Amino acid sequence: MAANEKVDVLIVGSGASGAAMAWSLAETKMRILCLEQGDWMKSTDFPSNGRDWEARRYTDFDISPNRRGRDTDYPINDDNSLMKIANFNGVGGGTLIYTAHWPRMHPSDFKVKSLDGVADDWPVDYWALERFYEENDRMMGVSGLAGDPGVPPRNPPMPPIPLGKTGTHYAKAMNKLGWHWWPSDTTVATTAYDGRAPCINLGHCTPGCAQGAKASTDITYWPLAIRAGVELRTRCRVREITTDEHGMASGAIYYDAEGKEHFQPAEVVILACNGVGTPRLLLNSASARFPDGLANSSGLVGKNLMLHPWPVVSGYVAETLDGGRGPITSMWSKQFYETDPSRDFVRGYTLQFGRTTGPANEAISSAAAGRLPWGRDHHRIYRELLDHRVNIGVACEDLPEEHNRVTLDPVLKDSNGIPAPRIDYTISENTRRMMEHGIARAEEILTAAGATRISTSRTVLNYPGHLLGTARMGDDPERSVVNGWGRSHDVKNLFIVDGSIWVTSGGVNPTSTIQALALYIADQMKQRLATLFD
Amino acid sequence: MNDKADTGLSAAEIRDLADIAGTMVPASTELGMPGADDPAILADIVKSLGRDLARVREAVRAIGALADGALGAMHQDKREALINDCFANGGAAAAALGRVVLGAYYRDDRVLLALGMEARAPFPKGYALEQGDWSLLDAVRNRPPLWRDDRAVPGGER
Repeated sequence: MAANEKVDVLIVGSGASGAAMAWSLAETKMRILCLEQGDWMKSTDFPSNGRDWEARRYTDFDISPNRRGRDTDYPINDDNSLMKIANFNGVGGGTLIYTAHWPRMHPSDFKVKSLDGVADDWPVDYWALERFYEENDRMMGVSGLAGDPGVPPRNPPMPPIPLGKTGTHYAKAMNKLGWHWWPSDTTVATTAYDGRAPCINLGHCTPGCAQGAKASTDITYWPLAIRAGVELRTRCRVREITTDEHGMASGAIYYDAEGKEHFQPAEVVILACNGVGTPRLLLNSASARFPDGLANSSGLVGKNLMLHPWPVVSGYVAETLDGGRGPITSMWSKQFYETDPSRDFVRGYTLQFGRTTGPANEAISSAAAGRLPWGRDHHRIYRELLDHRVNIGVACEDLPEEHNRVTLDPVLKDSNGIPAPRIDYTISENTRRMMEHGIARAEEILTAAGATRISTSRTVLNYPGHLLGTARMGDDPERSVVNGWGRSHDVKNLFIVDGSIWVTSGGVNPTSTIQALALYIADQMKQRLATLFD
Repeated sequence: MNDKADTGLSAAEIRDLADIAGTMVPASTELGMPGADDPAILADIVKSLGRDLARVREAVRAIGALADGALGAMHQDKREALINDCFANGGAAAAALGRVVLGAYYRDDRVLLALGMEARAPFPKGYALEQGDWSLLDAVRNRPPLWRDDRAVPGGER
């Protein structure tokens, strides 16, 4: 096995949290190395460069690694889960294929036990993270509008994405009902920003942005981190984290693109592989000293997986709307976000209003839903659907339950022979009641918008790809994997900074908070450098 | 798990696929739309099968079996009923067939132009998105906060 030169800090994963961490720690002048199993992506790789841009969402840019099947992907056995796993392996990770919707958690999300008597409070609160949210908003470049009564004050540096015909249609319906709405914060640049060109409305943002208007960490944090001296090594798939005779992390064993095995020694190891990759790696790092997996004395590594059930309610209006000619993100509603004791569930959800999709995806999704017939009626019905769709996503808070978990599949392995993750997940009764409440409200909104052909997808395939909770943070080593600043209770030079450390999930897209939390942990580490392992 | 496959359809399977695709999305002279069995579109479908090949082959064979191998000879009403029934029963094979046929059909120049759309990739030209009516937000701007300030709630302080 090839042995590499020792580094001070080894980060595994270059996505949302790994990139923020690398950039923040770079000012310490420590030798920092990040190992990423995927490649750098080029803007010319992204589907909107070609005529097959819609079809590629189902092939090499599918958000499911199982279907995408790139050399850089690993398989995931999610057969025992209604909700499927989405991710992307490349420099930038999931930020390459996210929708760029950018809500923050609410203050109440960090105190669900104190305020609502469920799950556990986080060991940090919104106010401790607030300045890191702001720093991250500047780094990623956020478009939005200040003054939203639905969320704590924040000041997005760029104006919001246009409402367009679709947003205007939703807004009228929401005003008719008297319910809250606001243009969404997004990381889609609406003006030139820090070297990024503004959005030119290439359509659905998910499969990468050829214009570079959508913030992904390969074009935001990484260029700055690399300029500051951080090394990013691609096509390096980490098999396990190694430990020494003192029970401290000593580095990582990884395979390069040719399958050659390397040992990378490090003083500090930071995991940033998100809610499936991180527990997989910890469980694959079992040893005589750590027989149940690394950092797993609590038995909670892999448990409490939260996936954000996300029903989508769709309908069709008479007016011709924007179709797929703009970012999918449009506006949000916080009307039903906070707990209301009169409801039959605790916690709540965000309503997320979408612009719709292009001509092929309208046909594919409508045919699959049985709205669009085959035969001579096809053309007539299709013309009633194309550019007329409205849809609302119900972003439900998912509470932690230990039976929802990531384990190692006994059979399935990746191309390097590393055991693959297996997902066991069911939707809780509280969440089901929340989903039904949200679906009913979304139907009311679409009805107020004059929509017909209203239908609901309760669990949308491969959506939304939020992977949270499987190495939770907390003050009690028996009830958590890492402490309040991301350090493993068991291995004092091992840190986790991705979505796996979340205690609860909130009812929002998580990337903004994942990165704010990574910046917070980096700041804590920098403040404690002299006593980091005490 | 991984849906990759590598071999192509036989000439006979492509003929069957043409009968099926032409029934799924028939030509319309009135609307100026080609059918999905148009040679250029069919070639694009076949070229695009990729990781869906096995499932599309399965769907083609299943439909062929339901039609006793004579789909092309059936009356159009019966063909359409058979295809719609087959898709109503769902399954990964039918879904893959629909996805590949429609993915190729709705990127054909003639189809897009007949729909009043531009026949081009989104990048680099992009599209215009109008601002919309921001005055609608006036009804929301001055509402009291909806979010709970944990600092003001008993039990909220850590």
